[in-house]
Amino acid sequence: MSEGLVTVSYIAATILFILTLGGLSNQETARRGNIFGIIGMTIAILATIFGPRVDGALSYILIVLMMGIGGAIGVTLARKVEMTQMPELVAILHSLVGLAAVLVGYVNFMDTTITFPTHVEKVIHEIEIYVGILIGAITFSGSIIAFGKLSGKIGGNPLLLPARHWLNLGLLLITIWLGSWFISAAEAGSAVAFIPLMLMTIIALAFGVHMVMAIGGADMPVVVSMLNSYSGWAASATGFMLSNDLLIVVGALVGSSGAILSYIMCRAMNRNFISVIAGGFGTTTGGGSSSDEEQGEVVAIETEEVAALLSDAKEVMIIPGYGMAVAQAQHTVNEITKVLRDKKVNVRFGIHPVAGRMPGHMNVLLAEAKVPYDIVFEMEEINEDFPDVDVSVIIGANDIVNPSALDDPNSPIAGMPVLECWKGNTTIVLKRGMATGYAGVQNPLFFKENTRMYFGDAKESLDAVLKALQS
Amino acid sequence: MKIGVPKETYSGEKRVATTPEVIKWLQKLGYDVAVESGAGIAANFNDDVYSEAGAEVISDTKALWDASDIIFKVRAPDDSEVELLREGQTLISFIWPAQNEELMNKLSSKKVNILAMDSVPRISRAQKMDALSSMANIAGYRAVIEASHHFGRFFTGQITAAGKVPPAKVLIIGAGVAGLAAIGAANSLGAIVRSFDTRPEVKEQVESMGADFLMLDFEEDGSGEGGYAKTMSDEFIAAEMALFAEQAQEVDIIITTALIPGKPAPKLISEEMVKSMKNGSVIVDLAAEQGGNCEMTVPHEVNVTDNGVIVIGYTDLPSRLPTQSSQLYATNLRHLITDMTPEKDGEMIIDFEDEAIRGATVVKEGEITWPPPAPKLSAAPAAAPKQEIAVEKPEPKKSSGITQLIAMAVGAVALFGLGTVAPPSFMNHFTVFVLACFVGYMVIWNVTASLHTPLMSVTNAVSSIIIIGALIQISSSGFFLVLLASIGVLITSINIAGGFAVTQRMLQMFRK
Repeated sequence: MSEGLVTVSYIAATILFILTLGGLSNQETARRGNIFGIIGMTIAILATIFGPRVDGALSYILIVLMMGIGGAIGVTLARKVEMTQMPELVAILHSLVGLAAVLVGYVNFMDTTITFPTHVEKVIHEIEIYVGILIGAITFSGSIIAFGKLSGKIGGNPLLLPARHWLNLGLLLITIWLGSWFISAAEAGSAVAFIPLMLMTIIALAFGVHMVMAIGGADMPVVVSMLNSYSGWAASATGFMLSNDLLIVVGALVGSSGAILSYIMCRAMNRNFISVIAGGFGTTTGGGSSSDEEQGEVVAIETEEVAALLSDAKEVMIIPGYGMAVAQAQHTVNEITKVLRDKKVNVRFGIHPVAGRMPGHMNVLLAEAKVPYDIVFEMEEINEDFPDVDVSVIIGANDIVNPSALDDPNSPIAGMPVLECWKGNTTIVLKRGMATGYAGVQNPLFFKENTRMYFGDAKESLDAVLKALQS
Repeated sequence: MKIGVPKETYSGEKRVATTPEVIKWLQKLGYDVAVESGAGIAANFNDDVYSEAGAEVISDTKALWDASDIIFKVRAPDDSEVELLREGQTLISFIWPAQNEELMNKLSSKKVNILAMDSVPRISRAQKMDALSSMANIAGYRAVIEASHHFGRFFTGQITAAGKVPPAKVLIIGAGVAGLAAIGAANSLGAIVRSFDTRPEVKEQVESMGADFLMLDFEEDGSGEGGYAKTMSDEFIAAEMALFAEQAQEVDIIITTALIPGKPAPKLISEEMVKSMKNGSVIVDLAAEQGGNCEMTVPHEVNVTDNGVIVIGYTDLPSRLPTQSSQLYATNLRHLITDMTPEKDGEMIIDFEDEAIRGATVVKEGEITWPPPAPKLSAAPAAAPKQEIAVEKPEPKKSSGITQLIAMAVGAVALFGLGTVAPPSFMNHFTVFVLACFVGYMVIWNVTASLHTPLMSVTNAVSSIIIIGALIQISSSGFFLVLLASIGVLITSINIAGGFAVTQRMLQMFRK
């Protein structure tokens, strides 16, 4: 395959990737989009393999072998993963992209066969290698920590080192200094250049760990989408390094996708992107002490009453949160939805953008449980409808339905858009106990007159409700 | 301990103080329950359902009183019932201690504990045991039903083949629990409902129930302590009366629920107003027991005036919906006794530290403990937090135009700087990069929020395009380089296969 044909194939692949992302604009075209992506990837890989830059029997054997093994592992992972574990899977896959960027960067640096016509180009190339490895390493270690946090292997609380902002700044300065050392050494062609490169890699890895360790719990959607963005930038940097437009374009697409997702998540929490990255809820807002006063008494409710309320209602809104994912209650939720819909109850789902641990987490869980997607709505679509809702059911959510976000300017979550379920007739809150949400803020919703608390494990409680509804 | 539920003795009283459903709860708290034979007949609970629920049915009144440690009743005990009380017993029922001084003295002489359901304080914590509200709710509903029963027309407007039917116009005075319930009931029957209350803060509640709130052009707040109304100034009352006189000529039905605690009901509907109403109009006076809001009200009776206006003065509206009111009253009692049984061991404790129980207890071991000290908290914190709750929503921080300009200028300078030093080959790639960022920006904003997770997994697979770098490098010379490149191919393949496969799996789940 000639260089020209390879380029044409890359253009085709680029277009297919853009169509892939475009296809996700709605559920009908999404599957076709994914197929486009697979085709695009296949074309790109085949064009590369049969292109002029890959040759030698050993290369082909290695490629087939590695891709075979890798593909098998990938497919097995994809088959086996529980939908509740999607955030972990995505995080660990991000780390692989980061690692690959690091490896490709090192190989590129060590490959002495590449020559440059001008001096400037060589310097730019060194910078590209340096930046590519830097982003790759941060993505790698950050994603590993994110994986650990999401899967519960590492505690979810933010780890706040003293003077961590200064620490980060110091690391940044050292990285820049190492960069200049690296470039001057690499220019001289001495092997000493390895030392700053290695040091920088270690620092970048440490920085990735530190950055994600400082972010906890409910900020995880931002972290996951941010790492998504980084993996794209890493690919883009690699593209610069290899002078490969396909990598640059795809990397930029993914990078901006992740960046937009991070932005959407931050907006949904009314948080500044910088402050999320800098870590720690309430560290900048001075804590939630304003809501400590006793707020009254909660009214508990029993299974039969929940069932009766639901079957008597005309409009039911279900608001799932991370608790539903933890309890694996989505299938029961779907069964209840079916029973209610058969009874001509209009059941809808209201999804807050940051519900769960990654963007769109709740939608995937509900889809897994076969909840039809046309009754699942975004917050903005249904927030106006609450006054007409007879019963809202909150399953394992807390901060996203906290009225103090709107009416208490001192609250740490003030200004965050929330689902205004208290405007409905009755709100049933499923909760294990009276613990506060991630933000550590007491939720006045629980003490509202039209709120009923239904304590217990979400799965068990909903199973009981389902039974009561069916009998 | 044993809870006894006697049959109500007051003539015409159909309610009963417990229901089979509530008995199960009481048993969970560790109590035995005994019910007098026939106690629930009028509320459609016969003896069989009580015994099925696990209660002992006792046919002899005296035997029941003797066997029980706690007595649940609806009405205040009459003389013969006071006789049946024995020392150490506890009685929970409506008492109205302010109006029944004589009864209170008799009760205290019996060395018993008395909890009055009407004296449960109006604090948010005690709402679940607030029987007055439960009963007012029923009374409000029933008032509309009684009105419609006596009213000769539809409530809802209709256009039929036989001509047009105008909707009934209903005025509801006093938007407390009863008033709001009446608004809801009248509204759901299809009437045009308007309501008046001296407390301007109920406007929102009135409107939420579907009625128009009638405003007086007059500045005075009628909110008294504990969420009840207070007496208004003379000027206010004059303005109010003018409004009612005007409304009386227009509306078909008036339901009055105006009460001021501890005082006779205010007279709001004068004889002239009644006379100005149309023939066949209905007035339901929920304040009849306290003397009535209407001058033409005859307590306990239906009074038809000379001009054909029907004035209903029933005082037993909750009892006219006996099953419902028994159920709610029994649940209120259940909540009270739950709070009094912290150990759930069937042993009742009268804990004066508990504000709700302190308020309800009017006699303790023969000592009159009424009135209780003023409650610490009112349901609506009195006036104090009224200071302009104009919570300024923190404006989403928008970077001002100047910072944006500066950012753009810095960006432009940086680009120019890059352009002066960078070779054309780099600039070509850079152009592609910038354009791709914009394409990405445009495309991604169109992605629906519900597909954000598939978006992440597919972009993850796509970003593994980095495999191309590793594929090219696999043909390098040198074992170490080939090894690193091979690892690169391996892990990116995991990513590609895994990312696309899991995306496909997820997308297949999204269905209508």
